Order: sequence, then structure tokens, then C-alpha cells
Amino acid sequence: MHDWQNEVRARLVSLRLKPEREADIVDEIAQHLAERHREAVSGGARPDEATRVALAEFHAGNALAQRIAALKQAHAPATVAAGASTGNWLADFWHDLRYAARAFGKHKSFAATAVLILALGIGATTAIFSVVYSVLIKPLPYPNADELVRLRHSVNGQFGGADFEPTMYVTYRKENRTLASIGLWTDSSVTLTDGGEPERLRGIRVTDGTLQTLSVQPLHGRWFTKDEYGPAADGADPVIISYGFWQRRFGGADDAIGRELSIDSRPARVVGIMPGDFRFLDYATQPDVIAAVRLDEPNLIISGGWSYQGLARLKPGVTSEEARADIQRMRPIWIDSWPLPPIAGATREVLASFPVAAVVRPLKDDIVGGAASMLWVLMGAIGAVLLVACANIANLTLVRADARRQELAVRAALGAGAARIARALLVENLALGAAGSALGLLLAYVGLHFLVALGPSNLPRLQEIGLYAPVLAFTIAVSLLSTVLFGSMTVLKHAVRASAPFVATARGTTTSRERNKARSALVVVQVALALALVVSAALMIRTFQELRDVDPGFAEPTTVQTARIWLPNSLLGQAEQYTRVQHEMLDRIAALPGVESVGFASALPMEGPGWAGTAPIVIEGRVPPPGVFPTTRGTKFVSPGYFEAMGTRLIAGREITWGDIEAGGRVVLISESFAREIAGEPAAAVGKRIRTFVETDAWREIVGVVQGVHETGLYEEAPDFVYFPALLADMWGTPLVGTPFVAFTIRSKRAGTANLMDEVRQAVWSVAAGVPVTHTRTMADLYSGSLARTSFVLVLLAIAGGMALVLGIVGIYGVVAYVVAQRTREIGIRSALGAEPKQLARMFLLQGLALSTIGAVAGLAAAMVLARLMQSLLFGIGPLDPLAYVAALVAVIAAATLASYVPARRAAKIDPMNTLRAE
Amino acid sequence: MTDIDTRALDRELKKGSAELLILSLLEAQPRHGYELSKLIHIRSGGLLTFHIDSLYPLLYRLEERGWIKGTWVEKPGERRRRLYKLTAHGNRVLAAQIKTWETFVEAVRRITAGADHA
Repeated sequence: MHDWQNEVRARLVSLRLKPEREADIVDEIAQHLAERHREAVSGGARPDEATRVALAEFHAGNALAQRIAALKQAHAPATVAAGASTGNWLADFWHDLRYAARAFGKHKSFAATAVLILALGIGATTAIFSVVYSVLIKPLPYPNADELVRLRHSVNGQFGGADFEPTMYVTYRKENRTLASIGLWTDSSVTLTDGGEPERLRGIRVTDGTLQTLSVQPLHGRWFTKDEYGPAADGADPVIISYGFWQRRFGGADDAIGRELSIDSRPARVVGIMPGDFRFLDYATQPDVIAAVRLDEPNLIISGGWSYQGLARLKPGVTSEEARADIQRMRPIWIDSWPLPPIAGATREVLASFPVAAVVRPLKDDIVGGAASMLWVLMGAIGAVLLVACANIANLTLVRADARRQELAVRAALGAGAARIARALLVENLALGAAGSALGLLLAYVGLHFLVALGPSNLPRLQEIGLYAPVLAFTIAVSLLSTVLFGSMTVLKHAVRASAPFVATARGTTTSRERNKARSALVVVQVALALALVVSAALMIRTFQELRDVDPGFAEPTTVQTARIWLPNSLLGQAEQYTRVQHEMLDRIAALPGVESVGFASALPMEGPGWAGTAPIVIEGRVPPPGVFPTTRGTKFVSPGYFEAMGTRLIAGREITWGDIEAGGRVVLISESFAREIAGEPAAAVGKRIRTFVETDAWREIVGVVQGVHETGLYEEAPDFVYFPALLADMWGTPLVGTPFVAFTIRSKRAGTANLMDEVRQAVWSVAAGVPVTHTRTMADLYSGSLARTSFVLVLLAIAGGMALVLGIVGIYGVVAYVVAQRTREIGIRSALGAEPKQLARMFLLQGLALSTIGAVAGLAAAMVLARLMQSLLFGIGPLDPLAYVAALVAVIAAATLASYVPARRAAKIDPMNTLRAE
Repeated sequence: MTDIDTRALDRELKKGSAELLILSLLEAQPRHGYELSKLIHIRSGGLLTFHIDSLYPLLYRLEERGWIKGTWVEKPGERRRRLYKLTAHGNRVLAAQIKTWETFVEAVRRITAGADHA
């Protein structure tokens, strides 16, 4: 039977007929041919003759097509096959988008889950990257900030609290070849004495050149003039104030310039106001008041009091190394340029013999310092969480795509090519990605506030953290990458396969094993990453434990209240006076109810840099030869009662007494490590004598040895410390030296309460009315402050580990549940054949465990790499701490077991009758 | 009339009259394509043949002009067939064309009547 339809169709192929129209024509003419054929046959022709007759209806040259071509209907506009591409990618895109929206509307739980997981991953990544960017990558807020460097001197490789004195500054400024500008500054907190309660203001004093180096112009007013940096004159001191202070004190008034203030009971005049976004380095509390360091340059002498800090701007093209060499070169020039201090033994040879080295570091590195390693570790951890999230979503989409095989095959039948389907799936994934990113950005914004609030206050540039443009660009890039990651699997797989004819199968599929392999691989990746993160969190927990186990050198810090007292300027310079005032205050505080012991000191442990001092200390009988410098030790000035109030143990000897102080304070206490160095056994050090490196200073007898105190923080060993009495004769080449600014330490069960502090204030004011009492906190606050950075990292890694673990569990659960669902029939049969429920459960449990074990082993390798990167954050343990690894493994395996157990149990409960009946 | 070149006759007559033929055949009742071709063949005594190449493009053209309308009709137990019928417009065209044709034929007759055909 000849295919008439094909004959006709073949002749019409060149025409652009609408498909329905073409079908009609084909049908019609085919019938004509069939009838012709039938007629011929009934007329006696043989079938093949009849066929020839029928086909003779077509004349040569395809006149049929030619004639129809002349008609309108042969010029139908190209129609869209239901599934095929329109050729207009915008229309296609819009169509796909609507289709995707409809599809997600029907499968809300899938879409919601995927978007939520993605949002969490992207939100966390964005938030952490915000911190990394703001702290590590963003340039400092100064013009050409990469030219700025921090200048330091190190003595014997150690840094003191400050490193410069004005004579150095003048020499370096005049003689340098590598610096465009140089300036010094020093902390100079002041008291606003305008009446009412005195307010303590953070302030700095700067030399000429400091503000110029930073190059931030004042918002109103001006910088100091050269004269104002010159010798002190009568009249009000010029000051530049911060934007915040301008708002607070003057209400942002336009006429604030020229207004007068009373600072430290002296008149000051506002000459300039800094802009609102001006930041002086990374001071947590920005200075409100900037005053000038007034130098009588021609008449300076070397003072030996290196209480200034230095910064400079390099000349264009100059490196830090060149600047360092330059400063080192200028040192001998400096030594020879200035008159020496009138201290016996201070000769130019001695000065030259100080093992002092210049250190020049880019300002940003100096500020950011140790935070870098911590932040990159966190970034890596969060990146891992994002990978886990993507793996999870990829798994979800794979499962969903299985269910859509039919739908995709129909689309292929309707004319969609492989590329078309791939594009449609890509659009779906992009829609998911876009929704997840938008939500993630919102979460990041919220999370960032939480992070900044939680962040350790000593995290550099904490106030500069925000969502900047580069961070948003990063988010978009990350979203696209994630989308590609989780989408590519399905897009590739299904686009390729779907265009093949749809094969209807009743149950089970030809490619189920292949699909399960992909899903299992994803789960293994998830478990591996989760294990690495849990290990890192466990290592931080161990670090925290180890840190908490360290004896800080004081006892029961929650019961030790501290407060700083600032005595009026009028007393300064009269050491005896303020020590007497302090003694009086101490007695009054000791008399308060509930106070067990009181003392004061120039610096508290873990109070931060800049309070405690250092000095080279000479041990009697071990005076170093000329040219060799005695080792620098930490120094502090303490009152009687200080150690008792702190709960620091006395190991040998006795404490300082007020009697000692009245006799000239020729006694000291030293720390355990120093004692051992001097005399082997702490007790043997008692009775030995030490003094500062200044030859005219008095020898002081060691009367006691205290346990090592972690003055600078828990991470470092307790340093060698010398505890001087609060008032000393013959110290630093001066007859009498005291400690004007002290922190009181008060041991009481009422520490930390507002009413104890009120009573303390009253006690203080009853001796000296109205003096500022600031920095009121307990030793516990200082202690946790020193742990702040560690806690921060710990919390974030724990969150990351937790998230990854939860996602991993969900992944394992998903795979095992899916396999159970797929093999329901097989389970039913096995069960009917007598398999025990326990056996069945065990089968799937083992499958889940097998996956997790593979993942865990792979994860161990990743964990070890991550741990090595984290090394600088760890304390007391190595990166391969067995306890942490074992704990993490146990946690992950337990979680995996639970995740496999639930669906496995369901397998055991399958009723064979149900499954077999459903055939 | 067997020595008349049928093909030439076909061409000549078809050129002018094809549409008229179809229209008039459909005037009586709706017909399908094959039926039309057979009718023409039989009623012309075999002189005129409309093959597929000529018939269907013609039908489609007439349909596009709105003179005839084709519809698929399905009778029970039979395959569907496409039947064409005359539209009102087609009716008017047919009347006009018949008038023209008759006028033309009359004119030719008058002219040739004068000549003597023995």
C-alpha cells in the first residue's frame, strides 16, 4: 500500500505552510491519489500499474508546489512549535522565567528549601567577606594610604609601648632622604573641666607633620600653624576637635571655631574640626581632642623618655626597606646632634650601644596585624559551608529532576532541542540563585550587625565594617558561581538525555544507579567538608579549654573591681603629693562595707598595651660589660595591698609595705620566671638587688617573688616583671618618682555592682572632689576581653561547623531515604521471603554509614590542612590534637548514623503486602 | 473531433474557464476534489482533465478569494473528506461569469455565423 501522504508531503516540503494547513492538504490530496488508485485497480489494472496511474496525476517539475507557492497560504509566518525556541532570546527567557515560577509554585517546599539553604550559605559568606574586606583589603581612609608607614624602634627585638622622642623626630625630619613627611603622636587623654562633672576625653598630641602625613583636611577651621607647634606661649592652647565632640559639646554650631574650652583646668581654643569620617588609625575610642606637641626645637635635649609613636609618608616609589635603612643610617647622626641628658653614665657611646633597630611597616599591616590569619581562616570555613550548601541544593535538584524526566521528554517532543532545554533549566537555576542571593544579602546585613556587636573590641577597624560595593560585587559573583555549581549537574545531565525519545518505564529506571552515584558523591563531599569544619571548631574549643586552664596570675576575677583615677593636673610633678592622695583614697575605699582588700597599680594585667612599661634591668653582680645592654623586663608600679587584692600568690618573701615606701621605696617584687633566672629557686632570689640601667638609680632589694602573671594576655608566657613601689627615690635619674595615673583594684563580693562603684566614687571624691573615675570594670571583664578574639573565632567556627553538620545530615538522610523509596519493591519481596526487619534496616544503615565513613576519611585530610592554616590561633595544642579529631569524628559518625537510621527503620517497617499489591 | 489537439484545447479553455467550471459544478451541490475532477472528465467526454497539479491549487485559490469554502466532513464509518461548496459571494461571481461567457459565446457565434462552415 503506497504511502500517499508521504508523496504529497515530499512535494510540499519547500513551502512554508502552517502545519495544520499542510496536514490538511496532504490528507486531501492523498485521498485523491488513493481514490485514483482504487479506481484504476477496479478497472483491472495491477496494483503497481495503478500506482503509476495515480502518480501520473503529478506532472513533472512539481507544478503543485509552484502553484500553491503563488497563494497566500504558502507564506505563513514561522510558527512556534510548542516547545521550540522562538529565536528571540528575550522572549524565550521571559517564557522560561514564567515557567519556572509556575513550577516552583507547584513545588513550594523544594523551592523554599533550596532558597533558604542558599540564602544561609550566601548570607554567611557575604557577612564574613564584609569583615575580611573592611579589615584586611579596603585601603585605610587616607589619601594614597599605601604610602603611609608606621615607624618603630625595637630594643633587643622587643617593642616597648612607644618608641620616639622629639629629638629623633627633628633629626629624622631634617636628614631623611626617603620620607615625604614624618610626625609623632602620643596618647594624651585630658579632662574637660568646664564645670559640672568633669568629663574624661580621649585625646592625642601630635607634632608638626602628623596631620599632614595623614592628609585629612579639617571639615572646618584649620590645622595648627608652625607657631602653634613652637614653644609654649601664653593664652589658650589651640585644639582641633572631632566631629562627634563638636556635635555633642557645641551641638554642631557653625560658630564653634574660636570657642573656648577648659581642658585640664587650662584654657583651650577650638581652631579646627575634623570630618565625621576621620579615623585616627584604629583607636577603638577615637580621640575627641587633638592638641599640638609644642617643641622649642633649638633647645631640645635627648631625654631618654621615648613616649611618642611615629608615622610617616614615604616618598613616591620608596619602599619600606629603603626607609628603614634610611632611619638606621640617621641614628648615629641623631646621637651626635643633640645635648645629652644630665644623667651620669648617659654618654654617646652608651647611647650608640643600645641594640636599637628601626622598624618600618606599612601602616595597614601594622594596624591589621594578627587579625589577618584569623579572618582568612574564618573566610575559608564559611567558604566550605557554602560548598556544603551548594552540594545540598544540587542533591535536591537532582531528585527533583528525576521526577521531571517525563515533563522534560514532553518538552523535547514538542520541539525543544537539547540547547533549549539546557537553557530552560539554567533559567530555573538562575531564578533560584537570584532569590537565594537576595534573601542572603538581607541575612548578611542583619548578620553583620550581629557580628560587629559580638566582635572583639580589639578587632582592628571594627567601626569600618560595612557592606561596600566590592562586597556586593563579591556576593553577585558568589551567587553566580553557586548557581553554576549546583545547577550544572542537572542542566548537563538532563539537557543531553531529555532530547532523546521518552522511554516509559513502569518502575525503576535504567539510569538510577548513575543518578545514585552522583548523589552519593555529593553526600561524601558534604560529609568531608562538615568533618573539616567540625574539627576546626573542636580545635578552637580545645584551645579555649587550654586557655581557661592557664592560671592568669590572679584569683576569682569576678570579685575584683577595678577603676582608674585621674588626679588633677595641679598635683602633677609632686610625686609625694599624689601618692599621699592615693593612699588616702585607698584607706577610704578599704573602709567600705564588703571590701576585703584594696590596692592600686600603674597598669592592670590584660589591660592592653601602653599602660605597663618596660625597662632594661641590671642584676647586681651581673653588670653587663660596656656595649652590652641589660635585658629589658616589664615594669609596673604597685601599692601595698595590690597583690592581695588581685589574689596573686606570693611564692617567696613578703609584699611591699607603706613603711618601705616612706623609707624611699628601695625594694621591689619580681615575677617567678625572673626569680628563677636570677637564682634558680625563687626563694634564693630574695635579698638580691636590681636596678634600672640608669647608673645613678638606687639598687633595690628583692623582698618578694610573686607567681607569674599573664600581664600581656593568656597566649604568651607570663613575662619577666619587676614590680616597683608606687613612690620611689632615685629612679630614672630623678629624686622622687611616683605614679600619677593608677588603677585601683578592689576585692569584694559586690564587685561589678553599681552601688559598690557609687560608694567608691564617694570615697574618692571625699579626698579629691570631682576627679574622673573611669574604666570601671571587673578583672573578669579584662580577662574575657583578652579572650575576646579567641571566643569570636570559636563562636563563628562552631556556627559554621554546626551548619555544615546539619546540612550533611540532611544530605545523608536524603540519599538513604531515596534509596529506600526506590527499592521499596525489593524490600517488600525480601520481607515476604522472610527477611527480618532488623536485617533490612541494617542493610540501609550500613549503606549510609559507608557513605559517611568515606566522607569522614576524605574529611580528615581536609581537616588537617585547615588545622595547619589555623595554627596561629591555637593554644596549648597542636593542629593534630587527637582529642579534637576523635571528638569530631564521633560527632559526625553519630550524626550520620542517626541520619541513616531513621529511613532505614522505615525500610524495616515496610509491609510487603502493600508493596507487592501496588504492582 | 478526435484530431483536435486535446492538450492545446485543455490549455486554452482552462485558462479562461477553469474557475467557471468549478463554480458551476459546485452550484448544484458540495463536492470533494476527486469528485470534481471525475465530473469534469466525464462531462467533457474526456476532453478536459484536471490533474492534482491544476485542480487543487485552483480550489485553494478560489477558497482564498472566498468564492468557495472547504470543510472537513466526517460521515460515520467513513474517512473524513474535504467538501467544497459555493459561497454566496461565489454564487454572484458564477452568475456574472456565466453572463460574460454567454455574451462572449454569442458574439463569437455571430461573428463566425457569417462565415460558411461546410
